[in-house]
Amino acid sequence: MSSTESKQPVTPVTVPQDERIQRVSFWKRALNRPELGALAGAVLVLSFFIVASSGTGMFTPAGIINFLEVAAQLGIIATAAALLMIGGEFDLSIGSMIGLAGILIAIPAVEYGWPLWAAILLAFACAGLVGWINGNLVNKTGLPSFIVTLGFLFILRGLAIGVSRLLTGRTQVGGVQAHIPGDWFAALFSGEVATGLFTWMAANGWMATNFAGNPVVSGIPVSIVWWLGLTALATWVLLCTPYGNWIFASGGDANAARNSGVPVHRVKISLFMFTAFSATIFACIQVMDTGSADTIRGMLKELEAIIAVVIGGALLTGGYGSAIGAALGALIFGMVQMGIFYTGVNTDWFQVFLGVMLLVAVLFNNYMRKKAMEAK
Amino acid sequence: MTTRTPMIEMRSVSKHFGSVIALSDISMQVYSGEVMCLLGDNGAGKSTLIKTLSGVHQPTHGEMLLDGKPARFKSPAYALDAGIATVFQDLAMVPLMSITRNFFMGREPTVGWGPLKRIDWKYADRVAKEEMAKIGIDVRDPSQPVGTLSGGERQCVAIARAVYFGAKVLILDEPTSALGVKQASVVLRYIAKARADGLAVIFITHNVHHAYPVADAFTLLSRGGSLGSFRKEEVSREEVLNMMAGGAELESLDAELAEFQRDDKAKKASLAAQDTQPADETSSTEPPSSRTASGY
Repeated sequence: MSSTESKQPVTPVTVPQDERIQRVSFWKRALNRPELGALAGAVLVLSFFIVASSGTGMFTPAGIINFLEVAAQLGIIATAAALLMIGGEFDLSIGSMIGLAGILIAIPAVEYGWPLWAAILLAFACAGLVGWINGNLVNKTGLPSFIVTLGFLFILRGLAIGVSRLLTGRTQVGGVQAHIPGDWFAALFSGEVATGLFTWMAANGWMATNFAGNPVVSGIPVSIVWWLGLTALATWVLLCTPYGNWIFASGGDANAARNSGVPVHRVKISLFMFTAFSATIFACIQVMDTGSADTIRGMLKELEAIIAVVIGGALLTGGYGSAIGAALGALIFGMVQMGIFYTGVNTDWFQVFLGVMLLVAVLFNNYMRKKAMEAK
Repeated sequence: MTTRTPMIEMRSVSKHFGSVIALSDISMQVYSGEVMCLLGDNGAGKSTLIKTLSGVHQPTHGEMLLDGKPARFKSPAYALDAGIATVFQDLAMVPLMSITRNFFMGREPTVGWGPLKRIDWKYADRVAKEEMAKIGIDVRDPSQPVGTLSGGERQCVAIARAVYFGAKVLILDEPTSALGVKQASVVLRYIAKARADGLAVIFITHNVHHAYPVADAFTLLSRGGSLGSFRKEEVSREEVLNMMAGGAELESLDAELAEFQRDDKAKKASLAAQDTQPADETSSTEPPSSRTASGY
């Protein structure tokens, strides 16, 4: 909430500052931040697995990259879902959008010889359209977005299966990998960054190498960069821009926002478009990574995104939450998923843990909201 | 005063919702530096009227003039830009958002340019704090949620916000209805201050006792129509009250109540003659009658 670098020399500040109040309000502010619970949870989960998985390789560089990648993929869609939830709406069609976007990238590229960048642009255009329709339906009909996007959960999944079966006779399309090299746009969604750094670290003996003398971790997967970038962007938007204020206002009380001159409809449409875009980014990374598209990809991702967002401190009713919280939620998600694998616990227990986490997060959030509303 | 141009004027404005005629043929003028009290019972059309003024609804017939020029507002944002600020009953505040965020909701001050354009929080926090201090509310931390403020304070934030953003016309929808005596007087004082600052204030209420001290003129609404506008000099408090409650109705009510009272007295007398019991019976009928006659 702090704007530290307002450089413009507005009229000199003359309000007497009381350091005592400042000091108190820093802690109050920290306590009132929505991501506090998620931060505590992340630290807790981290320390648990550091102890529980000692010696299993979870916290070797390769292991860390592993669970960060899981967190990153979820984090990309969770960031957008967080903005949308703060804006007062849900999007249950994210998962299906991932499946459809994958098909929209793979089929034109593999079957019709489109350059990959054009196929990716097509996917983004379709995603924008889906988001626009979602937003308009919610705005115009006044129906809960839960219902509208639940409809699109099935429509988009059905479209993905129908279209790919119609055009290719299959529901899986492979062979995308051959098209990646040399495509400037695909490069944004594939490979790793900072490979030089890791090679250099290995050369200096700061990182273990494999039998061929290459570093065990050759670089940071691009998904992690997207995740951190989107989280930073969303945080900037929420805390520092007028548009961010409009998102809070639209979710907090749409009527009040409208009466204050906030273009609530436009805000919501743009947020729905952003979630659809984030699903497409997810799909791009996945398709480039695996070299194939599958119509059933992204199943249940919409719910996982919502879980991450809620663990991150957002209120289901809107108007409160944070992108950093969603990132922490995704991190918890990734750590638990991979941690259970490393510690050798039956992975069936993952879902139990997830459900418990969700409930604890919601209870904690409710409690914090009540605290925030109490007179200080 | 007839030669002055009204700050805002409605000429035979009507508003229909389907087959329902919510407003019919309303004319009204409000001048700068004056408080116009809009009085009317529930369902008289007060809410529809102010929603029309503030751009939430568009009039079906008739026209509105702002400072002598025809004005048509497609949405509240247009009315705001034109200088018509409305403080709705729900105050248009988001309880979970901070005072500063609420204060500048929809018109955030920015610094920087292009993609680096951002809210100037330092400036915004300072203004919010100062504006609140001006109306005598000491906000320690402008980043505290509005939900932590009392009803009167919230009302004042809403009015301060409207005034700060250079409103020429200030519309207040029942600003005192949910407030205690002390808080209501804070708000009333603030209305008087806004008037002194040269704003045209439209003050909606059904409490004549709040309206009469600050008002310069009254417009009475009843069942979607206007009963006319009156200068304060022309009418007494009782006359306003009478017209508002539909005069004749109130008189017949008075008569009925008098009848009850006489019955009660007769009963009491006869009962008193037999034994001593009926004290609570009379006290239960007294308060409503006295309230209706004097205040409602």
